Amino acid sequence: MTKQHANWSPYDNNGGSCVAIAGANYCVIAADTRMSTGYSILTRDYSKICKLADKAVLASSGFQADVKALQKHLAAKHLIYQHQHNKQMSCPAMAQLLSNTLYYKRFFPYYAFNVLGGLDSEGKGCVFTYDAVGSYERVGYSSQGSGSTLIIPFLDNQLKSPSPLLLPAVDAVTPLSEAEAIDLVKTVFASATERDIYTGDRLEIVVLNADGTRYEYMELRKD
Amino acid sequence: MSQAAIDVPKGGFSFDLCRRNDMLAKKGVQQPSYRKTGTTIVGLIFQDGVILGADTRATEGPIVCDKNCEKIHYMAPNIYCCGAGTAADTEAVTDMVSSQLQLHRYHTGRESRVVTALTLLKKHLFSYQGHVSAALVLGGVDVTGPHLHTIYPHGSTDTLPFATMGSGSLAAMSIFESKYKEGLTRDEGIKLVTEAICSGIFNDLGSGSNVDVCVITKGHKEYLRNHLSPTPRTYVSAKDYTFSKKTEVLLTKIIPLTEKVEVIEAGDAMEE
Repeated sequence: MTKQHANWSPYDNNGGSCVAIAGANYCVIAADTRMSTGYSILTRDYSKICKLADKAVLASSGFQADVKALQKHLAAKHLIYQHQHNKQMSCPAMAQLLSNTLYYKRFFPYYAFNVLGGLDSEGKGCVFTYDAVGSYERVGYSSQGSGSTLIIPFLDNQLKSPSPLLLPAVDAVTPLSEAEAIDLVKTVFASATERDIYTGDRLEIVVLNADGTRYEYMELRKD
Repeated sequence: MSQAAIDVPKGGFSFDLCRRNDMLAKKGVQQPSYRKTGTTIVGLIFQDGVILGADTRATEGPIVCDKNCEKIHYMAPNIYCCGAGTAADTEAVTDMVSSQLQLHRYHTGRESRVVTALTLLKKHLFSYQGHVSAALVLGGVDVTGPHLHTIYPHGSTDTLPFATMGSGSLAAMSIFESKYKEGLTRDEGIKLVTEAICSGIFNDLGSGSNVDVCVITKGHKEYLRNHLSPTPRTYVSAKDYTFSKKTEVLLTKIIPLTEKVEVIEAGDAMEE
């Protein structure tokens, strides 16, 4: 039997930031398209966003090999679900599936930081935010990834969300209109790109609403 | 009297806390991080002198802490020096040597030579065995002509027609190796230096923002601060983000911290 090298690590961090905002009748999911390692850019055009179902979109940063494996696993599970139930999975169902999938690998985790955005059964925007081992929460907005420490305080300042402990429960969706939410997302990414070296190149925005799915792109700083 | 004379510090670094810090590190205390200028710095010799170039990003880990810092340091009127590595070290070491050069000029009444700066820098760096983490590109024009040197943190030096340093050195060197030739004109030289720095800015995450250039010729120098800004901000919202200046009033009633206490004299009253 060969001896394993003690310092060997199977993980890398490929950087990048994700944001999702839920509104009354829409959901905005956004991520930059830079993929990097150390001080090098691997590619300037790699999408971190994966459309898992008609009304569930996943944005993930962290280790792209694990993210890819996770996306493939969820897509396979969703295909089986469609064959068994003859319908698309709902966003809250996908949220629970993602949590279970992450926790299944509790002691050899997927190095992936996820934000799941979509529309619930009433057509209301929903955002689910995760840690690497499957702890999750439904929120009004969220950010994950290398620029999240810069983005979250700004979102908190602009979109004060009610405490999840309030009784009766208050809706977490943001009061912004769809256009305002997209403007906010563009602003936070332009700002995060100024100060986070792992965020940049291009911004991909996915907007989910009653009309369907729409993709938007915006250039970011490339340095 | 003689005891007091021994206590006078001789100058230089204080190593008083090294043993304490080693002990703390063994107990798992994290040392503070330094501001590193993950950097692209370059220099080349052209037909009339030397051109130095640098980017302007300073980082602390993954965060940009200064978007427009100066990495081309003054050494003497005819000598400048680009610094990469720990910002404090590059700044301190160039300031110290520039001071020594000034004193040397007062003493000799002659223009400083680049080799003098080079020797002072490498002596200092070698004596600290690489713990002063400054990687430098030194350039200038003196009585013996134009000179360009690189200095590594351990004190080794190179003398080169074109040089790059810092985390973006590979990106910048790829430009120099493909396009540098002897006897470049001033404009060609500035263009090549700018291109090399831009290569670092775009391809190295430790480098970014603007291009600084310094052109040194016989009896003349030109410091082109922010010669090029290749990365403008990509989005400015039509909405302006302002913050409410009002403070919410929670309570207007004032509660004194302690109850007023009457002091009663216990003993006899003082005599008149």
